[in-house]
Amino acid sequence: MAAYIIKNGFVVDPVLGLDCEKKDISVKDGKIVEDAGSGAKVIDASNMLVMAGGVDIHSHCAGPKVNVGRNFRPEDKENYPQFRRAQKGIKKMEAGFSVPTAYSSGYIFSRMGYGFAMEAAMPPLYARHTHEEMRDTPITDEAALPVFGNNWFVLEYLKNHELENTASYIAWLLRVTKGYGVKCVNPGGTEAWGWGMNCLTTKDPVPFFDVTPGEIIKGLIEANEYLKLPHSMHLHSNSLGEPGNYQITIDSLKCAEGIKAVNDFGREQVLHHTHLQFHCYGGESYASKNFESKSKEVIDYVNKNENITFDIGQVTLDETTTMTADGPFEYHLSHMNHLKWVNKDVELETCAGIVPFIYNPNSFIGVAQWAIGLELGLLAKDPERCNITTDAPNAGPIHRYPRVMKWLMSSKAREEVLDACKFGDSVRSQCYINELTDKERTFMDIAKMTRSGSAKSLGLSHMFGSLKPGMEGDVVVYPINPVEEAGDGDKIEFAFGNAKYFIKSGELIINDSEFVSNGNKRTFWVQHPMALTAEVERDVTERFKKYYTVTMNNYEVKEHHYAPNPYVIEVDA
Amino acid sequence: MDTVQVTMVKEPELYIEAENITPDAFAGKSAEEIQGLPIYEGNQIYKLGDYFEVIGKAGATAADTKIVVKGEYLNRVKRIGYKMTAGEVVIEGDSDMYTGAFMEGGRLEAKGSVGHFAGLGMKNGEFIVHGDAGNYLGAAYRGDWRGMMGGIIRVAGNAGSDIATYMRGGEIIIGGNVDVHVGTHQEGGKIVVKGNAKSKVGGQMVKGEIYVFGTIDVMMPGFAYRKDVDLEVDGTAGTFKLFEGDLGERHGKSKGETIYGKLYIKA
Repeated sequence: MAAYIIKNGFVVDPVLGLDCEKKDISVKDGKIVEDAGSGAKVIDASNMLVMAGGVDIHSHCAGPKVNVGRNFRPEDKENYPQFRRAQKGIKKMEAGFSVPTAYSSGYIFSRMGYGFAMEAAMPPLYARHTHEEMRDTPITDEAALPVFGNNWFVLEYLKNHELENTASYIAWLLRVTKGYGVKCVNPGGTEAWGWGMNCLTTKDPVPFFDVTPGEIIKGLIEANEYLKLPHSMHLHSNSLGEPGNYQITIDSLKCAEGIKAVNDFGREQVLHHTHLQFHCYGGESYASKNFESKSKEVIDYVNKNENITFDIGQVTLDETTTMTADGPFEYHLSHMNHLKWVNKDVELETCAGIVPFIYNPNSFIGVAQWAIGLELGLLAKDPERCNITTDAPNAGPIHRYPRVMKWLMSSKAREEVLDACKFGDSVRSQCYINELTDKERTFMDIAKMTRSGSAKSLGLSHMFGSLKPGMEGDVVVYPINPVEEAGDGDKIEFAFGNAKYFIKSGELIINDSEFVSNGNKRTFWVQHPMALTAEVERDVTERFKKYYTVTMNNYEVKEHHYAPNPYVIEVDA
Repeated sequence: MDTVQVTMVKEPELYIEAENITPDAFAGKSAEEIQGLPIYEGNQIYKLGDYFEVIGKAGATAADTKIVVKGEYLNRVKRIGYKMTAGEVVIEGDSDMYTGAFMEGGRLEAKGSVGHFAGLGMKNGEFIVHGDAGNYLGAAYRGDWRGMMGGIIRVAGNAGSDIATYMRGGEIIIGGNVDVHVGTHQEGGKIVVKGNAKSKVGGQMVKGEIYVFGTIDVMMPGFAYRKDVDLEVDGTAGTFKLFEGDLGERHGKSKGETIYGKLYIKA
């Protein structure tokens, strides 16, 4: 494998403690090394920014939901001709704005210099589809989190406080679905939706199962630590998007109180709360007089409790496609905007919905949601515990990450959005954004949010997030001088979205802004040795006979076909 | 106004995608430059000059440019006048799909018939068809809920099915008959059918007007007869039966009154 030396760039690396310092970075045989040897190809990064490959902690980039989103939104391709990029050299053709094709997803991540992405919600029954799409996404290493928060097995074991059985089932499901960790979406609420109901607080019991969302959250956290998994429990809490939901969010976060992280992967949190922006709302309705930001109340709690991490879920003020395993929420949303709606029940496991949505930059609520996301990004005390996401494509498309970075780094860019909106002053008075005009994130903060922090939270800090020798050879060179051009918002956005060079696992992917390789993408999953307990074995056998429409043989994800290039993370029991 | 004459001289093996035959793409160009514009056949890119003979020159702007499209094989050409914003295009023959799709202005005149999806998602301008139109005339793009917004489409002959789906503004006048599904999900605008309609006229219609001079084979159950009205519609005076619907849909209110879609059938 070729060796590279990236010379003269300004390196930003929180792990190495380099903040825009000139340092040459060497890559050989897929890893970062001290010295790449004399035959190494030299890449001139003069006047440019050099970082480790980005690590995306939460996006919906592969799987049945994403594909249904593509199918039911042909206009997403027609209306954005600038995102229909022709085949060029080895690069395949691309299309789609909010739900890009699988190929396009890999190229979008690569242009942004991201080397790893976490598909945030994999319905276990459709794990095969998810893996097929991940397989077809070039370059970017990916993994997927199966959803557990409304799973019949889990609900039953947690109701009976059977921690060992819960853990045993989780370990088994991660093995058979080739999953990475424990995702929990609208705990209990999605199952309640099967009964035409929802769970709006942490205390609403799930019909039939008679367990509360609070018990589900706490139980899954405990099972996760019992198994010592690399990533923590990954939560989308109840009442997403509802005005006044911030107290429910804090109640959900409190479920982690007193629990310590147990693992060999350097992870410190026991709970990752995703797209926190959607969960920090005060007030009673979406009207400008009633709605208010409660980001400060929530972030104060997060700042004080170090066993919690979160990602923002930044609204990017675009027309996008919402998709989530929170079925009742999508139904609710379709009744607000009267647009087309898809609902999909996944037997025994979950239920997803999809609705197109327009975050109008000239509406109060759109810009207030936008402001709340940025408030979280600016108020977080430890940027490593605050990861940048757009919950893509729910709050905005994946390719908007660079724009989110611009808003976090440039107060001027934020003011422009507020000034352009006719409700800008209402947003200023109902949200905290106006108190934060002097706050601007630095390149170092961005590296913590998108590299070292997200890698650590996923338990991958031994591979990703830094340019320390021994790490994966993921290096990106952005066309911006971080010393002289730090104040130029538009330049920041352009640079973070248009890598000049990108090396993935030691292979040159983007050379002088052109794709030169489709890489050698890997699918990551977690292999846990815990055997099935007798009860779980009995239950699984029985349920497959009685309820599932497929047999166990058609359920399991077979490695050779679905993940031809696997990277298995083994957990010691 | 300068005129460019574009004559198709070679038969394509497949269909030609000619989204560049518009005053916008031609503006400011000589005949030679116009011949150099790309067109697509399947997944191959060709020059316009490979299939068309170009005479004359374009005006400085789209508004100063008139294009006359001629030739034997035009029924194998898609997307003439696609997204045009100004100027004039005259098609001396039959053209294929997407003629005048997403048109934003100017005048497009088809002397023959046009294929499916003509005037799709039209925003403004004038689109005249002397022959017939296919299915999805003036409809929304597949999946989109934002259909025709404005402008006028006038078809002398018949039109196919699914015309004016999700129409929000503008006017479509059909001289002859139409097939099923007229103004489905209509949220504004006006449709006039001078001949007969088959069925599913105004299904899930929320707002806007549909006039049928002839008969409707099967009425939608969600429409209620209100009264007879005397009207003059596109130069024809007569008594019309007014129906309102689709009662199965949600409807907005204006000054305290519920707004329904209006379906007028000539008595």
